[in-house]
Amino acid sequence: MNIVVLVKQVPDTWAERKLDANDKTLDRASVDVVMNEIDEYAVEEALRIKEASGGEVTILTMGPARAVETIRKALSMGADKAVHLTDDALAGSDAVQTSYAIGKVLDTLEYDLVIAGSEATDSRMSVMAALLAERTGRPQLSGARKVTAEGGTVRIERQTDNGYDVVEAPTPAIISVVEKINEPRYPSFKGIMAAKSKPLTTLSLADAGIEAGQVGLASAPSQVVEFANKPPRQAGQVVKDEGDGGVKIAEFLASQKIV
Amino acid sequence: MAEILVLVDHVEGTPKKVSYELLTLARSLGEPSAVVLGKGASAAAEKVGAYGAEKIYVNEAPEIDGFLVAPKAAVLAQLVQDKSPAAVLIPSTGEGKEIAARLAVKTGSGLLTDAVAVTPELVAEQQIFGGSVAVQSKVQTGTPIITVRPNSTAPSEAAGAGTVEQVTATFSDADKAATVVDSVVEAAGGRPDLGEASIVVSGGRGVGNAENFSIVEALADSLGAAVGASRAATDAGWYPHQNQVGQTGRTVSPQLYVAVGISGAIQHRAGMQTSKTIVAINKDPEAPIFELADFGLVGDLFTVVPQLTEEIGKRKG
Ligand SMILES: Cc1cc2nc3c(=O)[nH]c(=O)nc-3n(C[C@H](O)[C@H](O)[C@H](O)COP(=O)(O)OP(=O)(O)OC[C@H]3O[C@@H](n4cnc5c(N)ncnc54)[C@H](O)[C@@H]3O)c2cc1C
Ligand SMILES: Nc1ncnc2c1ncn2[C@@H]1O[C@H](COP(=O)(O)O)[C@@H](O)[C@H]1O
Repeated sequence: MNIVVLVKQVPDTWAERKLDANDKTLDRASVDVVMNEIDEYAVEEALRIKEASGGEVTILTMGPARAVETIRKALSMGADKAVHLTDDALAGSDAVQTSYAIGKVLDTLEYDLVIAGSEATDSRMSVMAALLAERTGRPQLSGARKVTAEGGTVRIERQTDNGYDVVEAPTPAIISVVEKINEPRYPSFKGIMAAKSKPLTTLSLADAGIEAGQVGLASAPSQVVEFANKPPRQAGQVVKDEGDGGVKIAEFLASQKIV
Repeated sequence: MAEILVLVDHVEGTPKKVSYELLTLARSLGEPSAVVLGKGASAAAEKVGAYGAEKIYVNEAPEIDGFLVAPKAAVLAQLVQDKSPAAVLIPSTGEGKEIAARLAVKTGSGLLTDAVAVTPELVAEQQIFGGSVAVQSKVQTGTPIITVRPNSTAPSEAAGAGTVEQVTATFSDADKAATVVDSVVEAAGGRPDLGEASIVVSGGRGVGNAENFSIVEALADSLGAAVGASRAATDAGWYPHQNQVGQTGRTVSPQLYVAVGISGAIQHRAGMQTSKTIVAINKDPEAPIFELADFGLVGDLFTVVPQLTEEIGKRKG
């Protein structure tokens, strides 16, 4: 199976994240960045499928130049090669535009499966797999906590609010995974060394046949009008239990008119 | 007045509370029309009329439940084409966001997710980065497709014509690509839905084992609350995965969130920190959960929680 894994570079959730006051987009330059956590699980799942049934794992990232660091990490985990879509004109693209651009690149690749993470920690939209399935006409198998791919069929367990659905589709298909699915490996020293010489293709808008008018902040179908930083949540009172802790909490709840 | 389409979330004919919230919100934006899809849609349609829907569009085609997400987006896309609504409101649940995404592509529209408020100018407010930034966003292209978080509006009843109209849609092969072959129910019913509950009581690793979760459940029941869990607790198999709160679990924003034996890791906070009031019970005074708790109690949950449950019982008489 040939698998494309969608990996996004995001600001570290532990860092202080902010919006740029000028263009009201995510300030990606001033913060520490990491691979979107759940995307590590997507990479791991692809590697496991490859180890079981052969094929190649390709990493696909859309993002600024420094996203190469994240691509290297995925390669050092064991992916075979990578495609990096990067162009200043992509800056400020919203999710719908991003799916157009990534969809264009997918059209140039041969794959049986595309695996994304279920959610990026910056946007928290959880929509990319659905957007891409709609764009490409491929089946959407999203929110998978288990994936089995055999022959030309993929089957997933999709987490629902009260259990799970079993969903099945022919390949090629677009999958997204939740973190229940596996335990991602750490890159080995050997993997880190090998990653340096793995093939990395860098694509501009023109290379990928992406129309400039369809991407970027100026033409984004959704736009931030204004934003305000809110004061951080203040810690309230912290009380040590003196044998009446339960009563103390009940009194607090009563003071808030909750009980 | 322009029509506002509201997708009703229902379980086999019983609408979820969020559907009433969205219809209430839609009344402040235009003329609300409910869209009710799938198995049980007719039964659900009878109930949404009380929330001011002028029209109720119903489609019970078997494809809607037989294939994942796409057929629902197809029906909505047809309605957007036929009725030219001013906006489409969809509950901001996992599936709701995916329906919205596909609808945005099908109709060439902009998409906003996780709104907590929408103004009559169709500007949506979102809270990002764990609630530290409030953002006002607007759709510039096509029909605004906006997903709205549960608990964002207080539902209220209102008169509406409630005219039921059966609508049809054609489903492409791509809409029928992912087959739902089985639906397995794992979680026990009886308590309010986690995403919708106005009070949530969650247990973490401090609870110690599956049996002890009965202590958390007893407190939840005394408050009429839903039960949540940290990933440590769901991974250990003490509580069902569906009840996980956090970055990769459910996002909840209740009036009251009670964290029992939970340290407050960033991934857990991501799913609960916009709760109105937060109470934490933890024996470690250094636990990060105390940084965001309105009321923190440093103590042993095995004595504090049963005492709290009993005290609430007394007060409720
Ligand atoms: C990709 C990824 C996604 C994740 N997604 C989520 C998610 O969605 N949700 C989530 O919750 N986590 C998530 N996590 C895990 C998260 O990082 C933490 O590991 C987890 O939240 C810890 O759960 P906990 O607080 O129950 O356990 P711990 O951190 O072990 O905390 C247990 C707490 O219980 C207290 N305690 C122990 N005994 C008692 C007692 N008798 N009385 C009172 N207090 C007691 C301890 O002092 C401690 O503070 C994710 C992690 C990753 C890597
Ligand atoms: N710019 C991007 N480049 C590569 N993958 C992406 C990008 N944006 C989103 N994704 C993928 O889509 C998933 C869900 O993102 P989102 O829908 O934004 O929450 C992520 O976990 C990634 O796998």
